[in-house]
Amino acid sequence: MNVLDLITDYTLRNVALGSALLGIVSGVLGCFAVLRRQGLLGDALAHAALPGICLAFLLTGSKTPLVLLLGAAVAGWLGTLALLRIVRDTRISEDSALGIVLSVFFAIGILLLTFISKRNDANQAGLDKFLFGQAAALISDDIAAMLILGTIALVVIALLYKEFKLITFDAAFAASIGLRTNLLGVLLTSLIVIAVVIGLKTVGVVLMASMLVGPAVAARQWTNKLGAMVALAAMFGALSGVTGAALSMTSDGLPTGPMVILALTAIVLLSLFFAPERGLVWDWMRRLQHKEAKFQGPGPNA
Amino acid sequence: MYAILIVILTGVLVAASCALLGSFLVLRKMAMLADAISHAILPGIVAGYFLARGPNLIFGFFGAAAASIATIALVEALKGTRKVGGESAIGIVFPAMFAMGTAVVSKFYANVHLDTDAVLYGNIEFAAFDTLTIGALNLGPLSLWVMGALTLLNALFVGLFFKELKLSTFDPGLAASLGFSPALIHYVLMTMVSITTVGAFTAVGSVLVVAFMIVPAATAYLLTDDLKRMIVIAVVVGALSAVAGFALAYALDASVAGAMGTMTGVFFGAAMIFSPLHGLAPKARRLERQRLRLAIDALLVHLLNHESLQDEEHEAELTHLHEELRWQPEWIARIVAAITADGLIRSDNQRLYLTHSGRERARALEHAARAGEPQLA
Repeated sequence: MNVLDLITDYTLRNVALGSALLGIVSGVLGCFAVLRRQGLLGDALAHAALPGICLAFLLTGSKTPLVLLLGAAVAGWLGTLALLRIVRDTRISEDSALGIVLSVFFAIGILLLTFISKRNDANQAGLDKFLFGQAAALISDDIAAMLILGTIALVVIALLYKEFKLITFDAAFAASIGLRTNLLGVLLTSLIVIAVVIGLKTVGVVLMASMLVGPAVAARQWTNKLGAMVALAAMFGALSGVTGAALSMTSDGLPTGPMVILALTAIVLLSLFFAPERGLVWDWMRRLQHKEAKFQGPGPNA
Repeated sequence: MYAILIVILTGVLVAASCALLGSFLVLRKMAMLADAISHAILPGIVAGYFLARGPNLIFGFFGAAAASIATIALVEALKGTRKVGGESAIGIVFPAMFAMGTAVVSKFYANVHLDTDAVLYGNIEFAAFDTLTIGALNLGPLSLWVMGALTLLNALFVGLFFKELKLSTFDPGLAASLGFSPALIHYVLMTMVSITTVGAFTAVGSVLVVAFMIVPAATAYLLTDDLKRMIVIAVVVGALSAVAGFALAYALDASVAGAMGTMTGVFFGAAMIFSPLHGLAPKARRLERQRLRLAIDALLVHLLNHESLQDEEHEAELTHLHEELRWQPEWIARIVAAITADGLIRSDNQRLYLTHSGRERARALEHAARAGEPQLA
């Protein structure tokens, strides 16, 4: 394989485009999720989307990407509502509520998925690709659907950037100047649903959590400014998407989704260790210097 | 028939062994850590498969236990750097481990014995066909032996260390001061979770095992305030979900594990709405009763205040209540029906009159309200 194939070859171009697109959208939205300490929300929503895909197929009989993704979005959104209700109306902790929504929605999805596949319908083949994602099977229609949804999400973020920034860092202040923080919170979560939906066919249900958390955590190490963090996260997301896609092409049988996640994990680790100022390596070196200074005793000016 | 019975029994044992630990996971807010472990053991199982050159239970158990301890240690280490939040640490570690596992499986073991889809939702349908044999002796289905042993082990663990688990769950500080290490208990509990997950892995896969661990325990948490009862209820709800789930799967001809997981959700939803202790419906009914009680009191005091005054006639008219108290006609009708039945008022020609007992009650209310007011000097 050579690098030019990523641009000229139809399949490779789709894989690279899809992974990069996913990386950008989930990188941007992940920043808000991580800063609002909702890193695992994406994990729960990705699992919750599965029954939506199956129901959309059962109801319409169509495998049009946009139809399936809309089904996924509706189910993911219902998952969010269920989560909010459980946390607000019962004494179950948010952590357990995430586990409940994640596992029960996924179980329903598996039930429907196997129900569909047992019906001996030749048309159903491919729905199970949403479990682990199969970037190699991305077609132009998929990319178009991802592009539409991704653009919507990014435009909303751009328009309401100031508001989202405020509810992320100081929700109480945001409420005091008359912002509808609950509504904005739900909107932000809905945008995360969109990011999740975009990722389903590329990295699959299980690994989606990492696509939201990883780029944001990596970007956070490099800067203390939200704007820069969002831009960096988008870049890291896109970079790991393309790198993962390229890696999976180097050898037969290497799936794209896991390779994207592994590339992303490498970026996260590099950032954690070597980012200027916050990097762990600099921390250790500073500590070492302190120790040496102590051994030499107080200086002449002490 | 035999095969069906084995599948149901395996499901019940999976549910029981998971629910025994689940109550502690729910109370200690470690549901997502359990979810992370259930995914992160995959590379451990694959490593066991590689070392034993094939599926091997013992190697699988050790690999998975090692992977789970590595996961917890990595999550703690990431949190310890203070550069990553707790939930983000989980969100980074387990997908990376799971990605390693799936990459190796699809690269080297595709279509051998480890099927990537089965990793997610298991193969409980085949529970009866995999048998435990020692020499020439056939001891019956392997799944029953494994899950039976795990259920027993978890029951022993919870039974023997109940005091320690309870104390470190509700008051880690006190537990530490009394000499039990909460960190040690944390690791032991997580090791039990990982061992149970490996055992349940072939049957229900890595995602649905979370349903069995968390959902019945959360259901039980809505039904009781007593830890012992919570554990028992969780086991019972889990077992019922397994049985009902099998029936559902049979009816739809779909995944048994998926149906069992779905049923845990149905039971949870039912408890969330109807639980006498914490359910939404009883809570709504209590709130409604309280609202009615308050409205009745307000009406009684209103009538008392205007009794034998010039405007009594007018103030006691049903239509006037609508204007004065801004009550809707249906609501007024309900209140009037309730207090007439109590014998506190009687209505006559669209007007309300306090009865003797109604007047007594209104006076008592007024008296109580005055006593509560700050006294003027």
